[in-house]
Amino acid sequence: MALQAIAFYLLAAVTLLSGLAVVSARNPVHSVLWLILSFFSAAGLFVLLGAEFLAMLLVVVYVGAVAVLFLFVVMMLDVDFAALRQGFHRYMPLGGLIAVGLAVEMVVVAGAVASRGAAKANELPDASGGAGLPNAEAIGRVLYTDYIYFFQAAGMVLLVAMIGAIVLTLRHKPGVRRQVIADQVARTPKTGMRVVTLKPGEGIDG
Amino acid sequence: MIIGLAHYLAVAAILFTIGVFGIFVNRKNIIVILMSIELILLAVNINLVAFSVYLHNVVGQIFAMFVLTVAAAEAAVGLAILVTFFRNRGDISVDDASMMKG
Repeated sequence: MALQAIAFYLLAAVTLLSGLAVVSARNPVHSVLWLILSFFSAAGLFVLLGAEFLAMLLVVVYVGAVAVLFLFVVMMLDVDFAALRQGFHRYMPLGGLIAVGLAVEMVVVAGAVASRGAAKANELPDASGGAGLPNAEAIGRVLYTDYIYFFQAAGMVLLVAMIGAIVLTLRHKPGVRRQVIADQVARTPKTGMRVVTLKPGEGIDG
Repeated sequence: MIIGLAHYLAVAAILFTIGVFGIFVNRKNIIVILMSIELILLAVNINLVAFSVYLHNVVGQIFAMFVLTVAAAEAAVGLAILVTFFRNRGDISVDDASMMKG
């Protein structure tokens, strides 16, 4: 139990400190790297809870796809990031005050919620819904039966997002010769070839 | 000592607040604002998974998965809009993003 507590406090501290570094780093590239560390330690927290499937999903989807997408965009855009940091110190006191107030309120509410009602019934964590199954199997049994329509809707959301992102960023440069596949397929030997009788000393015109 | 539900909820609450704080202080930098939104969604996911695990109900983890899906879609479309905006304006300052005002 003590080992679990040490692991929890270590992972929680790394998550929160790297989250703080994300919003306060000078260079957005460093921000993205801190974001990756934050996701990794949050995945560690999920493993500690027993939700291995969500932890792997967090590493694969967030670190592998979203954070790398951020990294690409930050490195691709040639922006003067120093100018974008103007006002950081001006908004700091008010933002910090509101953040501390919000954090205290939410922690108090969290403590109250966790100490009464249904949350009090189970002292020990169980990520498989009390069925004794492995975590991924427990999720699959519910996801592919009761939530199959939601699952397919999630796929549709991803498809729409993918098409939207492509449509937004695709641009046709003028003056670039493009392949016309219909013309290529429609070629026959008759249209693709001609027989020319050459006279000596003359070239082919056209 | 036993790590209970309240510990995880406190971590998620503080992470959520860090995200809100990030939106406050980086008002001009839309990339950091998007990253702050990712932090907020991560806090929401920690909340959902913690409740799911301590209430012995898998549905919370399934909902966290859907939140993850929507977050990925949002990041993809948001960054695509950002790239298009940068191409048109040569800058990504939030203050300039008023072209769509009537």
